Amino acid sequence: MTIQFNDETFRDDYTFFNSPVAIARFPFPFDKDDYMYSVNMEPHETGPEGTPFDVRFDVDEHYVSEMRDRAITLDEDPLRCQSLPHMELAGWDLLELIMVSKAADYPDLFTLNRDGDRWHWINKPLGIEQRFTFGDPTTLPYGPMEYITRQAQGDFAVLDQREDNLWMDAGMVTSQADWSLDFDIGMNFFEWHAPVPKAHEMGVFQRALKFLMHVNQDTPARRLNWTMTVNPRLDTSPENYHKWGPEKRTITPENVGQKQYLRVELQTFWRLPRSNALAFPIRCYLINLEDLTSVPKWGRRLHRVLRDLPDELADYKGFAVNRPVIVEYLSKFDDGAPTSAGIYPDETDVALNKVPARV
Amino acid sequence: MIAQMLRVTEKEALTPLVTRFRFEHPDGAPLPLFSGGAHVVVEMPYGDMLRRNAYSLISAPDDGSGYEIAVRREDNGRGGSRFMHGNVATGDLMAVTSPFNLFSLDLRARKHVLIAGGIGITPFLSQLHQLSRMQVPFELHYAARSREEAAGLTFLPSLPHIHLHISNEGNRMDLGAILSGQPLGTHVYTCGPEGLIAAVEDAARRHGWPAAALHSEAFLSPPPGKPFKVTLARSGQTLTVGPHQSLLEALEAARIDIPWSCRGGACGQCETAVTSCKGRIEHNDHWLSDDDCAAQTKIMPCVSRFEGQELIIDR
Amino acid sequence: MTRVTFSPSILSRPVYAPLESHGAGPTIMLCDAEGAAAILDLAERDPAVMDYAHVIYIPSGSDYTVRMRALEARQYHEAPSYDAITARYRKALADATMGTRLYLAGTEGLIGKAAAEALAAGLPAQAIQAEHRGSIARRMQCVHCKGVTEDVTTDPFTCSHCGLTLFVRDHFSRRLGAFQGVCVDAETPGEVPERQEILP
Repeated sequence: MTIQFNDETFRDDYTFFNSPVAIARFPFPFDKDDYMYSVNMEPHETGPEGTPFDVRFDVDEHYVSEMRDRAITLDEDPLRCQSLPHMELAGWDLLELIMVSKAADYPDLFTLNRDGDRWHWINKPLGIEQRFTFGDPTTLPYGPMEYITRQAQGDFAVLDQREDNLWMDAGMVTSQADWSLDFDIGMNFFEWHAPVPKAHEMGVFQRALKFLMHVNQDTPARRLNWTMTVNPRLDTSPENYHKWGPEKRTITPENVGQKQYLRVELQTFWRLPRSNALAFPIRCYLINLEDLTSVPKWGRRLHRVLRDLPDELADYKGFAVNRPVIVEYLSKFDDGAPTSAGIYPDETDVALNKVPARV
Repeated sequence: MIAQMLRVTEKEALTPLVTRFRFEHPDGAPLPLFSGGAHVVVEMPYGDMLRRNAYSLISAPDDGSGYEIAVRREDNGRGGSRFMHGNVATGDLMAVTSPFNLFSLDLRARKHVLIAGGIGITPFLSQLHQLSRMQVPFELHYAARSREEAAGLTFLPSLPHIHLHISNEGNRMDLGAILSGQPLGTHVYTCGPEGLIAAVEDAARRHGWPAAALHSEAFLSPPPGKPFKVTLARSGQTLTVGPHQSLLEALEAARIDIPWSCRGGACGQCETAVTSCKGRIEHNDHWLSDDDCAAQTKIMPCVSRFEGQELIIDR
Repeated sequence: MTRVTFSPSILSRPVYAPLESHGAGPTIMLCDAEGAAAILDLAERDPAVMDYAHVIYIPSGSDYTVRMRALEARQYHEAPSYDAITARYRKALADATMGTRLYLAGTEGLIGKAAAEALAAGLPAQAIQAEHRGSIARRMQCVHCKGVTEDVTTDPFTCSHCGLTLFVRDHFSRRLGAFQGVCVDAETPGEVPERQEILP
């Protein structure tokens, strides 16, 4: 089957919605009833069919609208996409990785024909057809990284590897959990993570860095991260904090189920062949509490996680002010029953077999 | 590290001691591209054990039609290079890992200075392809004892910024001159004998170069030594590491799963905690800090050995 | 007292240490205000460091000119402001070769700007030393309008470009040579905490 793309917005009137399919395949990030930082890396191998882990770069019902939202953000602030001069080769690597993956995983949506360096790319959902010369940026309307990430959901950081460290030297960042590419570009792994509380002391970043430096072409990796966002807003950037900040204070017991979203990042890590850089896509998935609690296991578990989360983490993730209302709402969905291990719904909940398999 | 079976399609003597091998996919499928300076690990079924040796790729990084390596025969080595020279023929299938790079170019550099000694020319051969394609300034200095032994000569174009230093022709490398007057943002890369790497580091320090502008690669082959016993903390099993076997190879022979990539003491992947050490670890790696070495609480099984009564490791 | 002990902070915040001589070798020395005293201290510890030094001093009201001239650096230049020396400083960096060391001393604003300029010119970060002296005023980038406000001494402060009230973060960008300022009343417009002098 082919994907039915939603016509929806991520700002102003916020018409974003998740279909029952999108709810059932949501990448719920908690595999147990409590949360603390960890180097929760695993190989980015195929996950259960129909889940976002099934393919290299997941395309879902939000694709077309997310790309429209990205274009709006870039028109307002072109600095959301930047690449230091030495990262152009990595940009071509990323373009190749995404085009090859999408054409192979979604042949009904994307086509790539290659004749040496002469490439022909067709993106049906966005109505794009482009002939260009691989390696020659003058044959594309944007630089290679910007060109392809205007057609790929999620943010993208591209990390240069040198001096036993990883450097945030290029990125397309329009749906970030409150960090600024323009400010952080050029920083190393420890510098751009500097504001994160606790994790440095726990040695999380040293271990993560060591792992990431050894990600090889044939061993891509992934992890899930999460935060809480009011309204289905992709652009929760510090740049626009003064514009979206007031919305954070509009949560009431009456509207929390609909307005409060769990924001999950599916982070993947890819060694890029020609540049030896590391691509770090950060794909954002949003689900409001009402939809999330339709899966009983998730409702019980999210209640326990948020109730017991250390204050520092709630502060850092920016939802401390709304935590009491959220926890109170979720408590109604927690009957105290034990939860099963792992992130997937129980078979008695929403069975994964409700997710239509792609043909 | 995942290996795939590739066919040896060419075997050519470059010098009496150095032979070039070309590997291609048996079905003609394209191989993953790589970056200049990358290596692959080749598996050699050698007697009743499996040797795995790392070799720099010398072919063009953007050419996926095949991988090429140049192997120098080490008659006093552990046998891997002798196996490649003596036992491998075109048409053979060998397991080769995907490329991994521990010696990549710093792409920010305004200029690259490459210094090769002997067989240390190999990683630069793929880097030269990349540098030419990127059209960035570079110079290469290649030192060899004689032209007959200089395996890299075949591959080097005659260019004013490619310099040969042939010692039996009295043309030695002047590191001070090479390192003087280089523009800001120059990076220096050295590959060759330990002595050459140390000499470049020393000259660079005297000329005020910060260490971050210096890169080097000295793949060690695991040095032979006296056999020793090692106990595995998790299973209680005790293994004997043979004189021409590395601890890593002994662990693999016992089917212990252990991550690795360079097998030469440089990448840190196989680092293993030592839970008990009564004796002395011979640290042969470039990975552990001096403090770690002195504490004898970590070991790099790919190259390091042990002498003493008891070694227990966390595997 | 011109030396300041900063409280421990996050990993992106620069730390400063007394300048340490790398001996006689090509150096560029750039200092403002009380930073001159750090250069004088360095020269006292190792006079040889002046033999190949190009010294640029921005007094900003301090008076070390007589003593600075007496160092007899290979090149010595006094200037009224950083803007006034930018072209000269860029030329010095463009002419420099590998092995050149950069010594910066004085305010965080000068150190941040001058280090960012040197990095952009290709000087390796490890070739740069910086010693803080004098004012603890900060150079702040407004994350919203991207304008940089110099000499910020209060938290919160008003962005000199867009007028938003910003709080002072310790998060620092070496590329920009600036700390990050973020709107303090973004969630509750008008609720601005009382201004306080920033602390080291």
